Amino acid sequence: MSEMIVNSTYFGVVLSIGAFLVGRALQKRFKHPLCNPLLIAIVLVILFLLVFHVDYETYQSSAKLLSSLLTPATVCLAIPLYEQFELLKKNVKAVLAGIASGVLSSLCCVLVLALLFRLDHASYVTFLPKSITTAIGMGVSEELGGYISITVAVIIISGILGNIFAESACKLFRITEPIARGVAIGSASHAIGTAKAMELGEIEGAMSSLSIVVSGLLTVIGAAAFANFL
Amino acid sequence: MKYLGQIFIILLVSFVGELLNTLVPLPIPASIYGIIILFCLLEFRLIPLRAVKETGDFLVSLMQLMFIPAAVGLLEAWDVIAPNWLSYMLITIISTFVVLFVSGRVTQAVIRHSRVKEARHE
Repeated sequence: MSEMIVNSTYFGVVLSIGAFLVGRALQKRFKHPLCNPLLIAIVLVILFLLVFHVDYETYQSSAKLLSSLLTPATVCLAIPLYEQFELLKKNVKAVLAGIASGVLSSLCCVLVLALLFRLDHASYVTFLPKSITTAIGMGVSEELGGYISITVAVIIISGILGNIFAESACKLFRITEPIARGVAIGSASHAIGTAKAMELGEIEGAMSSLSIVVSGLLTVIGAAAFANFL
Repeated sequence: MKYLGQIFIILLVSFVGELLNTLVPLPIPASIYGIIILFCLLEFRLIPLRAVKETGDFLVSLMQLMFIPAAVGLLEAWDVIAPNWLSYMLITIISTFVVLFVSGRVTQAVIRHSRVKEARHE
């Protein structure tokens, strides 16, 4: 069996989509935030690989079709952004203030927690880009001398947290304006959160997309400054 | 032919983004250049929305799936995280919710503030 898997071009794609569909079905059935299709898909794929002793490299190379569509799909976030641009212009002050405060709070929060947990400099800078999109975050971490693999891991975890809990957290924090919900989700959990924001509504999706771009770029500058504080 | 043209434009923009990422010495990924380029093409009427719409919406609707391979890769990163997993998880969880709260509430406050102001003017 493992021989067949190793040589297959589609195994990883089929496994991933199948696992996601199982997650969808469970979400429809139970409607609990933890019944999140993305989370369930990740857990099921990991279990599958562990149970059948398939190594990650093998899975990854046969799931390439999915990962290589990520850049074109992210590029297409420009479409909702364009469609909601009038609304964005009308609320530009609110949106920019929200994103900038999100970036600043992310950096401050990491600094305070790093002091609290007595992290060394390299671990501290590893976390500075944790709220932004993976590709920018990796670059920032590398530039500042962090551990890139940990940065990637915490960025993905931040995204999944947003994907799972964004809706309930917005309710809990009484964030009800669609524009504010979009900015919050995009600033806290980049593209993985944005995928969820798209489901909440067109305005949420567009504002979340914008937040990925703006908070990513602001963090490049902000993280470089914050790196000197510890 | 509609889809052929759409996928061509989207991949072309991704490709140009990739080129910029390699040529410009900044930590800005291909996808971010791509969003900016595609947005400008649409906003400045260089291409109409229908030149990318259906394929673009289709790709965006599948986006969650595309994160599965990278997230499964957490399995590989576990060895480096394991010794400090508790503090790392706490930092990640706390800061994610702090950012969500601050950015959302600030945006909402400014929106409501300007709405009140507008209402006064009328």
